[in-house]
Amino acid sequence: MDGALIMIQVLNGLQLGVLLFLLAAGLTLVFGIMDFINLAHGAFYMLGAFICATLALWLDSFLLAVLLAVPITFGIGVVVELGIARQLYQADHLEQILATFGLILIADTLVQMIWGPEGLTFALPEILNGQVRLFRDVDFPVYRILIISVGLLVALALYLVVSHTRIGMLIRAGASNRRMVEALGVDIRMLFTLVFAAGAAMAGLAGLMIAPITEASIGMGNEILIVAFVVIVIGGIGSVQGAFFGAILVGLIDTLGRSFLDDLLGLFLSHQAAETSAPAISAMLIYILMAVILTFRPKGLFGPRTS
Amino acid sequence: MIKNLICGAFALLVCALPGTSLAESVKIGFVTTLTTGAAVIGNDMRDAVNLAVENLNGKMGDLDIEVIFADDGFKPETGKQVTDKLVKSDDVDFVAGYIWSHVLLASQKSVLNADKFLVSANAGPSQLAGKLCHRDFFSTSWQNDQTPMAMGAVLSQRGVSKLYVMAPNYAAGKNMVAGVERTFEGEIVGKDLTKWGKDAQLDFSAELAKAKASGAEALFVFYPGKAGGAFMKQYEQAGLADKLPLYTVFTVDAISLPKLQQANMKAVLGSLTTGFWGPGLKTPQNARFVEGFLNKYGRYPSFYAAQSYDSIFLINSAVEAVGGDLQDRDGMRAAMEKADFPSVRGSFSYGANHFPIQNFYLLEVVADRDGNWTTEIRSTVFENHQDTYVADCRL
Repeated sequence: MDGALIMIQVLNGLQLGVLLFLLAAGLTLVFGIMDFINLAHGAFYMLGAFICATLALWLDSFLLAVLLAVPITFGIGVVVELGIARQLYQADHLEQILATFGLILIADTLVQMIWGPEGLTFALPEILNGQVRLFRDVDFPVYRILIISVGLLVALALYLVVSHTRIGMLIRAGASNRRMVEALGVDIRMLFTLVFAAGAAMAGLAGLMIAPITEASIGMGNEILIVAFVVIVIGGIGSVQGAFFGAILVGLIDTLGRSFLDDLLGLFLSHQAAETSAPAISAMLIYILMAVILTFRPKGLFGPRTS
Repeated sequence: MIKNLICGAFALLVCALPGTSLAESVKIGFVTTLTTGAAVIGNDMRDAVNLAVENLNGKMGDLDIEVIFADDGFKPETGKQVTDKLVKSDDVDFVAGYIWSHVLLASQKSVLNADKFLVSANAGPSQLAGKLCHRDFFSTSWQNDQTPMAMGAVLSQRGVSKLYVMAPNYAAGKNMVAGVERTFEGEIVGKDLTKWGKDAQLDFSAELAKAKASGAEALFVFYPGKAGGAFMKQYEQAGLADKLPLYTVFTVDAISLPKLQQANMKAVLGSLTTGFWGPGLKTPQNARFVEGFLNKYGRYPSFYAAQSYDSIFLINSAVEAVGGDLQDRDGMRAAMEKADFPSVRGSFSYGANHFPIQNFYLLEVVADRDGNWTTEIRSTVFENHQDTYVADCRL
């Protein structure tokens, strides 16, 4: 367990963290502002990946595919909000869960009908496929550094928008007291559409960034969405900062747990026992973390203060 | 008048219907994964079964073949449910298929307790080869440990002294690791079992970083289905292609190769794998199978397809041996134990636990004459190899 390996694993954790953040940011805003539980949020992640992969294969350019796929997922977000999600805001949570679960099934089946069950993959441009030397003996894939940079930039942009613009002020106001914002005469429906679609675009961005690593596959969004829910519960529902720190925390704990837990357990367990129990325990770590945080901060790390 | 006309028409219709409802048929339930990303495997198996039925002209002896496909959704509990349905409500004569060891383990009781035959066309968990072996269970694939044992032997022959091992954390993954450990003579410097199932881990950055830092001379992995493609890409992106040679089992196959080729992952060319079969294996039945599959579906069959094709011919040999008398279960069992059917792998025999005793080959990933990536047999690693768990089987 040397310094270089720890450094690489921290970077890997950071990369998972920013992906989770992109997914969780939309989820937490939609849940916080519209009080809408969107289980189908992962569908945008999947669609982003499939659309980008298709465009990349057609246009033979990853950059162009990304630049087109993000607005397309934004557009799909607008359509879904206007056509479906809007009808569900007044419904109670159970009905929202049922309806959005149905949306997951529809989205998965649509993708299977359009692209087939085998998933899509595409080649990265040569320049992104290599390694870069960060320090003496720390090599790291260029593409993963790109993911971290893009994720951090989006996080910064989102922070600036939410805390320093008028629309951000409305978003924050909506998250803490929706009724009051409506009463003040703000066109809340417009705001909802915008937030929903922006969340969809960010989820799509996360999906298309992971696609060259794991490939676009059916149900990929549902797998990661569970973790994204853990992130927003840890971070505090409705809080973008909470989503950011929650995501980085979960990304690091998950990655470092997978990397070092067997060595750590090996210190006081037999080699055999450490080897078999480590994968199981590291899969549980983030849920243990969530339970611990909820015990001390029931509303999450950055949850809205109750007054 | 009109009423009579209609009556007459109905009468004609009844006469015109062929007597299918009267003729007997042999019913085969085939359980595989037809949804989720793993459906690529299930579709390959289904295509092979349909081809086998077509090659048998839809008949086993005088009986019509009726295959009912069922989807396990990549989950043991769903697999058990659909198996129960096949056994109880469809009342099939044979249940075949099963990609996943954990699904097969969850489902086997439903079939075997109902006195039906169970034919695994892929999964080969150690339990069913050993303590849980059953007189009505047959495999047309292999016991999980055998293929990695062949790979362990190859690694030792090549003088590899330090090995890093990665596999998913489920029944078959553990068998694969146990298999390579059994025959590999060097030191295993690191081992990772990663999360598997419907929400399987597909990002292996942490594990690959560990493997790179471990000082291993070679990397052994088992990642079937879509995880294989994901793994290969990350292996290349992590810059390991020229540092840590890759040895795989059930990872690089006719399912992952076309996609890897599409993504131009050249690191995979020349990588080595072991298996009981390759598309170029020279047996009459295999030539017929591979050619038929290429013509009908326009792609190479995977080993999953080959085993599924064999499963239908194994069942056919049983039905023909008893002249279509499906009540004669002893006769059918005795016929299957002989393994007297044209197999894509050539002739082989069954061990006491009804797992094949067969050859294992070393395969290399190459581009064929048309430039398509496929696997080619390089040498024979084991001849007539039997699994080790047969010692625990009391039949």
